Amino acid sequence: MDKILPLQVHVKMADEAVCVGPAPTSKSYLNMDAIMEVIKKTRAQAVHPGYGFLSENKEFARRLELDGITFIGPDTHAIQAMGDKIESKLLAKNAKVNTIPGFDGVVKDADEAVRIAREIGYPVMIKASAGGGGKGMRIAWDDEETREGFRFSSQEAASSFGDDRLLIEKFIDNPRHIEIQVLGDKHGNALWLNERECSIQRRNQKVVEEAPSTFLDPETRRAMGEQAVALAKAVKYSSAGTVEFLVDSKKNFYFLEMNTRLQVEHPVTECITGLDLVQEMIRVAKGYPLRHKQADIPINGWAVECRVYAEDPYKSFGLPSIGKLSQYREPLDVPNVRVDSGIQQGSDISIYYDPMISKLVTYGSNRAEALQRMEEALDNYIIRGVTHNIALLREVIIHPRFVQGDISTKFLPEVYPDGFKGHKLTDLEKRELLATAASLYVSCFVSQQVEVDGTKLNVTSEWNLASPLLPVTVDGTPRTMQCLSRDAAGNISIQFLGTVYKLRILTQLAAELSKYMPEKVEEDTTSILRSPMPGAVVAVSVKPGDMVSEGQEICVIEAMKMQNSLIAAKTGKVKIVHCKAGETVGEGDLLVELE
Amino acid sequence: MAALRLAWRRWAPRTPHLRLCLCRAGSTARSPSVPERIQEKRRAALLGGGQSRIDAQHQRGKLTARERVLLLLDPDSFVEYDMFVEHRCSDFGMEADKNKYPGDSVVTGQGRINGRLAYVFSQDFTVFGGSLSGAHAQKICKIMDQAAMVGAPVIGLNDSGGARIQEGVESLAGYADIFLRNVLCSGVVPQISLIMGPCAGGAVYSPALTDFTFMVKDTSYLFITGPDVVKSVTNEDVTQEQLGGSKTHTAVSGVAHKAFENDIDALLNLRDFFNYLPLSNRDPAPVRECHDPSNRLVPELDTIVPMESTKAYDMLDIIHAIVDEREFFEIMPSYARNIVVGFARMNGRTIGIVGNQPKVASGCLDINSSVKGARFVRFCDAFNIPLITFVDVPGFLPGTAQEYGGIIRHGAKLLFAFAEATVPKITIITRKAYGGAYDVMSSKHLRGDVNYAWPTAEVAVMGAKGAVQIIFRGKGAHAEAEYIDKFANPFPAAIRGFVDDLIQPATTRLRICRDLEVLASKVQANPWKKHANIPL
Repeated sequence: MDKILPLQVHVKMADEAVCVGPAPTSKSYLNMDAIMEVIKKTRAQAVHPGYGFLSENKEFARRLELDGITFIGPDTHAIQAMGDKIESKLLAKNAKVNTIPGFDGVVKDADEAVRIAREIGYPVMIKASAGGGGKGMRIAWDDEETREGFRFSSQEAASSFGDDRLLIEKFIDNPRHIEIQVLGDKHGNALWLNERECSIQRRNQKVVEEAPSTFLDPETRRAMGEQAVALAKAVKYSSAGTVEFLVDSKKNFYFLEMNTRLQVEHPVTECITGLDLVQEMIRVAKGYPLRHKQADIPINGWAVECRVYAEDPYKSFGLPSIGKLSQYREPLDVPNVRVDSGIQQGSDISIYYDPMISKLVTYGSNRAEALQRMEEALDNYIIRGVTHNIALLREVIIHPRFVQGDISTKFLPEVYPDGFKGHKLTDLEKRELLATAASLYVSCFVSQQVEVDGTKLNVTSEWNLASPLLPVTVDGTPRTMQCLSRDAAGNISIQFLGTVYKLRILTQLAAELSKYMPEKVEEDTTSILRSPMPGAVVAVSVKPGDMVSEGQEICVIEAMKMQNSLIAAKTGKVKIVHCKAGETVGEGDLLVELE
Repeated sequence: MAALRLAWRRWAPRTPHLRLCLCRAGSTARSPSVPERIQEKRRAALLGGGQSRIDAQHQRGKLTARERVLLLLDPDSFVEYDMFVEHRCSDFGMEADKNKYPGDSVVTGQGRINGRLAYVFSQDFTVFGGSLSGAHAQKICKIMDQAAMVGAPVIGLNDSGGARIQEGVESLAGYADIFLRNVLCSGVVPQISLIMGPCAGGAVYSPALTDFTFMVKDTSYLFITGPDVVKSVTNEDVTQEQLGGSKTHTAVSGVAHKAFENDIDALLNLRDFFNYLPLSNRDPAPVRECHDPSNRLVPELDTIVPMESTKAYDMLDIIHAIVDEREFFEIMPSYARNIVVGFARMNGRTIGIVGNQPKVASGCLDINSSVKGARFVRFCDAFNIPLITFVDVPGFLPGTAQEYGGIIRHGAKLLFAFAEATVPKITIITRKAYGGAYDVMSSKHLRGDVNYAWPTAEVAVMGAKGAVQIIFRGKGAHAEAEYIDKFANPFPAAIRGFVDDLIQPATTRLRICRDLEVLASKVQANPWKKHANIPL
């Protein structure tokens, strides 16, 4: 608990900062003893738990209560009631909140899981009783998947929450995920602060959120809001909280769970209601009554939030990546942009925490305006040194289905059934890109005329090669591109419309002679298995000499608290195993070789 | 692939090709007129060893000597010399007309690279396997002599099977003539070798004498004796690639300074590299228009050195963040990686960078890194390129391997090179500067012009633990904290004036740019001598 130098953003911003422990969360942000010690030392009167970590931990809230410290959140009773999925469902039922058909109890083993799943009818969702945020959650469409899901979920649940109890419920196919923000005080008052549409998800984790939702009419909104408030009142909820609903295509909604903390996506609610949720939380924690009436809660304009992650969107819509942010600049000069982040140029994105870089929020008087600003903000966001998901975010927000509001939690797999492949350039965009790249290669005149396949284009730019942003005007259309790299051999990579394109600019002579250059042989990747991300090896399921069939699990890598099963790309015999359980591996590290 | 056409006006004024004058002197059956013969010889010269050999060259993934020259130089700037030179060998049937090729097995001349003059020779593998005849050597010597005289770099594109065996000693004499000129030109004009095919036997010594040797991956080899001879002499089984491929020379032997993917890549990179170099030792380091503000702050440097002094970081991150437009041409990136050397620009001006690399072997100095650093420092000093040195060095690497290998002698080279250098020298101590290695790394004592330390700097004889063990013979565990307090910081050096200032890392670029401006007019000379005696 030494004094620390104010090098990180969160430390710099704080008036007083104390180190609670080393990077692994179990030794710091999850270490209640260390945190209690700091509270004592600094004589803090209240604790805001943020989100994640101990924010929904009733034990932590209880310890604070014992020491007379205010927990800025609901009381332990509400945390406990809502934290347990089984109990929360019963409570919701009693409060006349619509709930999903399912099994109200803890599942003992895989056989029982299969029996219950059959009873409810496939598809079913297996999830951790103590879970949240998509961890320990699996969907099963048949008996086999149920068994497999049971095994994975209980492992993940045990490692993420220290509690491997699972439950099973009916899986609502193609639903939307819409949640209601509620705010209660210690005097029995509670409000609903409208909804957030959080349907764009990958692996049950949210990617793009907005408020309000294009799908809700005022009646449905009120019905959901009132049920949410009824539930909040039933547990004497006295803080900001979120009641999550699944909404089917007929606007039937079902209670999913209640998050007894501030949500990551709370800024969109703040944007449209004008309330500062954290401030309200502190007020009600102090014991003040709410200062608003339900009728005071407006919907002003529209807000969209993109979660900017350090992940590779081309691998299952986002596998974590790590690294140092060699260059980093938030697009704060774009109007009506809010960026919530805790990092800066030079920061490390490490394997210890969630790989989120920032929450990028834009707002406008209507949805089109908010989305337009989001495009601009994403184009002007400079992130170098780590792989990021801006390409995916930008594609989502301009996709016709998204623009029309025709979305569900299945959006990504439906729109990109073969995985995300980046932006597909139109002929015009392609010409713009080529003309810009060629002009950049020469980059000596402010305005240049380029002929691409017979079409002449005028390219104008300052060509400031020191700036990571490349604002150009091609035939009158202003575009913000980013030049990520260029080398002497004419290789240029440009980020355009979110996606990175690799181009090679050659003189005519060099282009003609290129045909003589030998093709370099790529290594055959089907017989080797490399780690797709940095993480820890949890289990290795094969040993040298084993026969594996295509698709069989070879090992499990845990990264960012997610377990990822790596499978064989072909049928064959295991030649060498390069890893063992417990080891940490880097992205691209060789794990297993097949013959 | 889309076809692109640009209004291409970047290049310097065009040097016109020699125009051919086509005069027909009647159509009667007379022997060809002189103009016709000129035309015919030129056509033959352009074809080198003939279409089938050109095709074979392409099949190997290699370009012809002429294609390479055209790619290297600005369009229409190549002026060829000695297109009519032929070999003079009359033994073994070489005198036959069919064995004579106008220009013989090398293309020579001068031209422009981004408008700046360069002399170039390009060995033609399609003519007798690029073998070196007396005439071939004479052509090379001619351009080298002129290059030295006018003050312009010499670029050699090597692709040769070796000596022209039919010519015997004349071929050997040719090699020696080139070697002599390599030596005489050394330190006068930059000399660059690009190995683009085989280069074996005596031929290897010409690239070895030049300032920089680059290679093309998979298609170039450098060795004294090929795998066959190795097998017969030492009974060692080795492939060409293992013996003298680009991997071997860029990572193991340190003979080559960098390798490129293929011919086109290599030539385009060579053009880029050329932009960093002055034309001769009478020329200042070139200055290019710079968009990167010279007073740019680099805030991420404030956090780049880890709090724990045992934790590594990447010196390249610091270099990229400080230099213009993040452009750094690293020399020997795969060899002796515990030291980083290469060229970059500050406010448009070429500089040479030397930095210890904490990420590899803690950035210690050992035999290989000392030699790598020393050679680079001497090149910069010879060609008026200011030196920026980033220091994070825990000392010289201990052990029998190093001592038996002569670390004393080799370490002395780096010391020698920094000490004798009279170009502007700016040094930044980022973290450790321990022991003799502190002295060596362009310290104030070796005439460093401006020496800075970051707040994270520790200038001391050694780390606290070792020091306390020696001072107190193991009895003073308590003294470790005292030692750290006293020496593991930049103050002892600063109060003695051994560093000029303790600076906030974010301001490093700004400080260096400002100092280079001031030091541009630096004049410093070493005592008169025939030449110094560096501990080779």
